[in-house]
Amino acid sequence: MTVQSLEPILAEHPFCEGLDPQDVRVLSGCASNLVFRPGEMICREGEHADRFYLIREGRIAIEVYTPERGQVMIQTAGAGEMVGWSWLVPPHRWRFDVRALDTTRALALDAECLRGKCEIDPRLGYELLKRTAAVFAERLLATRLQLLDVYGDNS
Amino acid sequence: MLPVPHRIERVRRETRDTFTLELAPVSGAAIFSPGQFNMLYVFGAGESAISISGHPGRPEKLVHTVRAVGVVTRAMRKLKRGDSIGVRGPFGAPWPVDLSEGRDVVLVTGGIGLAPLRPVIYHVLANRNKYGKLVLLYGARTPADRLYTREFERWRRRPDTYIDSTVDAAGRDWTGNVGVVTRLIPRADFDAANAIVMICGPEIMMRYTVAEMQKRGVSLDRIFVSMERNMKCAVVACGHCQYGPHFLCSDGPVLRFDRIAGLFGKREI
Ligand SMILES: Cc1cc2nc3c(=O)[nH]c(=O)nc-3n(C[C@H](O)[C@H](O)[C@H](O)COP(=O)(O)OP(=O)(O)OC[C@H]3O[C@@H](n4cnc5c(N)ncnc54)[C@H](O)[C@@H]3O)c2cc1C
Repeated sequence: MTVQSLEPILAEHPFCEGLDPQDVRVLSGCASNLVFRPGEMICREGEHADRFYLIREGRIAIEVYTPERGQVMIQTAGAGEMVGWSWLVPPHRWRFDVRALDTTRALALDAECLRGKCEIDPRLGYELLKRTAAVFAERLLATRLQLLDVYGDNS
Repeated sequence: MLPVPHRIERVRRETRDTFTLELAPVSGAAIFSPGQFNMLYVFGAGESAISISGHPGRPEKLVHTVRAVGVVTRAMRKLKRGDSIGVRGPFGAPWPVDLSEGRDVVLVTGGIGLAPLRPVIYHVLANRNKYGKLVLLYGARTPADRLYTREFERWRRRPDTYIDSTVDAAGRDWTGNVGVVTRLIPRADFDAANAIVMICGPEIMMRYTVAEMQKRGVSLDRIFVSMERNMKCAVVACGHCQYGPHFLCSDGPVLRFDRIAGLFGKREI
């Protein structure tokens, strides 16, 4: 059996757009290819955040559990998006649940492997941080708009 | 201009607070363009500007979708089939359906904002070969607040449309998207260099949508927004709807974004 390199798949993902091919190669050394069934939990709040995901196909829901309202969907994300930043921020525990809504194909990037490479090569670390920060910023803005309840009775 | 009495032919409940009225003129139907509005007068309560949400090719059936928010619109909600309502109009500058010919038509809307854009959808579907892609991105508060759900599903199933929707909040039984409507823009299938974008929704939603469209490479002169400020006379006499140098009842409500970019989002306007 031949093991296919994930490098070309990774290079095509928008998260890696414009990344140096050498860096893509390094990242691919930490990547694995996964498929989730509809409804399957991808990660749970509080668990060790040992990876992040680049979605290739399908959709996932980011959820939080509240005793009063049960499982609440905060946001959904789909092909071309990145999910998970807890791997970067101590104490490296997931802050949300993530569940597959459809059959979802994703690349999982191993956190320990990546953190190790970033410590050795801070330039790569900075590059990844910039890309992750852009995702933070976009999600934060979207969440703020959601909180404003722009279609609500008082707006 | 005096209100012309119309008979209410049908009342359809759309959501918890939104309903659609089908009106028949007592004499003669007025032709309208997508994006135009009427002043609807509820006898004894007052008058409100409401966009026409029906088919521009069928003006004999005058359709309005209304969200009950205050005195006049709540009184409107109480009206029943056979009741009478006064209509002045149609007024205002329409959506740029002519300018959009030969291009992709991209509609981004939230909440009740789908109503003023529905005539554009009807127009494009009725003249399908004159237009490129038809893209509709729709955001609602919750799944139960979505308008025209059956019709929306029919639009979505057509092979010649790209239709996506999202809600701000949902329970676990919802299988659609959750998040703000701007999140649908990066993956929407249209040619940014050859698209006309029409946006209708709360101002803050329109502001972020314009920013996201710019990121996609759409230039500001091809983005149109609907500015729905308070209207009274609708005939450029009272000044209630003045927006910088523009009178929204006649220059608007639909405005090309580059013409108002300096005013948009300014607090004192
Ligand atoms: C060109 C134009 C087209 C419109 N099209 C539609 C439509 O298709 N369907 C629809 O439901 N509404 C539409 N509106 C909004 C509608 O005119 C108002 O919601 C209505 O006039 C409110 O009157 P009211 O007496 O019920 O509420 P009021 O008692 O006057 O006000 C109640 C609440 O509604 C808010 N409000 C008042 N006027 C507006 C306004 N113009 N826009 C937003 N909030 C307002 C007030 O700030 C207040 O919080 C449109 C407005 C304009 C200017």
